[in-house]
Amino acid sequence: MRQPELVPDARGHFGPYGGMFVPETLMSALHDLAAEYERAKHDSEFQEELAGLLRDFAGRPTPLYLAVRLTNHLAGAKIYLKREDLLHTGAHKINNALGQILLARRMGKHRIIAETGAGQHGVATATVAARFGCECVIYMGATDMERQALNVARMRFLGAKVIPVTAGQATLKEAINEAMRDWVTHVRTTHYILGSALGSHPYPMMVRDFHRVIGVEARRQILEREERLPDLLVACVGGGSNAIGLFHPFLDDLSVRMIGVEAGGEGISSGRHAARFQGGRLGVLQGTKTFLLANEDGQIELTHSVSAGLDYAAIGPEHSYLRDCGRVTYDYATDDEALAAFRLLAEIEGIIPALETAHAIAHVTKIAPKMSREEMIIVSCSGRGDKDVAQAAQRLL
Amino acid sequence: MSNRIDLCFERLRAQRQTAFIPYICAGDPTLDATCRIAAALEEAGADILELGLPFSDPLADGIANQLAAQRALAAGATTRGVLDCVRSIRRQSDIPIVLYTYLNPILQFGWAEFHSAATEAGADALLILDLPPDEETDQSATDSLFHIRLIAPTTPEARIATIAASARGFIYYVSREGVTGARATVESSVAERVGLIRSHTKLPIAVGFGISTAPQATEVARIADAVVVGSAIVERISKLTDSMGLEEGVRSFVRPLAAATKQPGGMK
Repeated sequence: MRQPELVPDARGHFGPYGGMFVPETLMSALHDLAAEYERAKHDSEFQEELAGLLRDFAGRPTPLYLAVRLTNHLAGAKIYLKREDLLHTGAHKINNALGQILLARRMGKHRIIAETGAGQHGVATATVAARFGCECVIYMGATDMERQALNVARMRFLGAKVIPVTAGQATLKEAINEAMRDWVTHVRTTHYILGSALGSHPYPMMVRDFHRVIGVEARRQILEREERLPDLLVACVGGGSNAIGLFHPFLDDLSVRMIGVEAGGEGISSGRHAARFQGGRLGVLQGTKTFLLANEDGQIELTHSVSAGLDYAAIGPEHSYLRDCGRVTYDYATDDEALAAFRLLAEIEGIIPALETAHAIAHVTKIAPKMSREEMIIVSCSGRGDKDVAQAAQRLL
Repeated sequence: MSNRIDLCFERLRAQRQTAFIPYICAGDPTLDATCRIAAALEEAGADILELGLPFSDPLADGIANQLAAQRALAAGATTRGVLDCVRSIRRQSDIPIVLYTYLNPILQFGWAEFHSAATEAGADALLILDLPPDEETDQSATDSLFHIRLIAPTTPEARIATIAASARGFIYYVSREGVTGARATVESSVAERVGLIRSHTKLPIAVGFGISTAPQATEVARIADAVVVGSAIVERISKLTDSMGLEEGVRSFVRPLAAATKQPGGMK
């Protein structure tokens, strides 16, 4: 294992990954955003305002909850859930949305756009836009609008305009294409709140930093409670924002292992999955160089996952870097495994997780029994599953 | 050997003419048809051909070019197929060819491999929409295959200078903030911006994005050294079929655009 360096560099490179691969029209806006973010990072007023909003509006800190019955059921390592699902709007996404809306305000941009897959980022963005009185447009794949109808209604109640995207397979990737096209066209007045640790610099770094609070809190909470660090961290990885938020503050703690869980869909051999580290290749998509699912001609391949939030062809560039370093390992859970974990957590802990989160839980059910009772796992409970109840009922009830 | 693009602009400059550059997506409707469309475009007055190597996620393109890329990929266009198409065009013509694409297809082919294959096929330049010069670390291959640089309305002057310094062939000025596609009017800032770019380079300046009619072409031709028309032609091609006379349809649509571009006079 190689100790990861301080990344990214000034131009957003995480080793050979990341960077700024965007049309020239956006370069200047991205440079401005990076500069403004750098100023805000060192501005105590900005940081205090953000901390206040995270506390009073979003509901931080979130609990670190010992899942006693899950632990006993699996009869292995002690399992703690970092309860991001208890945040306002129901997922970790609000951490980043709040940070970015404050940046947008500093830059004098009053029109907000965003893409969304599962709808959680769209809801978080619509929420902060309402809170700050900004115009808000959300791009969402038509397929995702159907499977996450509850979140579409929430966004509309929050005053956002939700625009269906019908191109390609009509999921997250196409929604990002449309959001970027909107941004290219309205770049002077509009801020694009990208929702994952993806896209061009400075987004992967900035989104990571806004979610680091997850890991910072979890680290403090486990030390208070157990007086030692956990042995393992587990989080699901679509773009990878909740995972990088939990992992990053622990990177220097070399005794802490970390596993990111991708969407295995109907199984890797079926070809219907979104596991970029299983058969993916190095490439460039939507602003960043990273592992992605493409054919030999570089055309982006169709992906599949029961979870809209993980159904995406590329992984955040820092995850590619951490995998190369051997610092984080990546595995996957299939649709069926995630659905079983969704049901298990509901029945045994009284917590209905998002289907994205259920992928992390599914991995825990595989690995915890192989660990000793003295060992500890922290799993990111990144979102709650209300939005998925209708879809899960079709498959499970 | 001099690049065909340089030779083309030298010739046009001597004739005090503005270059007309049509864009089409290779493989739409088929690669075979693309070769014939290319010949028709040249007959109609094209000076340089911008040929799209289709990509599944063309985020700088508007709906007309997106759909063309989708049709081309569905019809079986591959990177090798498009290079074969360039080779066929080159067998019948000396028209300079600019390949217009995104980075991922080139990376999967192999950066160096693509440059030598494209050069060998007869391409003269590469325009990669999502590769700003900042990210281009390996410029070793660009001697024979020029990299066309884009400048946008939002590009600050200091950056214009940097971009112009590494440019070859011509500079492509994106005439408006937005994606490719027809627009009703030409942005009023174009003349001023082109003037600003001229203060940083002696290279010819092409203007594109949003130009779809003959009057717009004439308006831009007074300012620029080349006028690019893309989506309007792509859209026309989508409505034509072989049985309706594909080549004749292209010729009759493009001829007035080329003529409007080449009207002499202007204040350059």
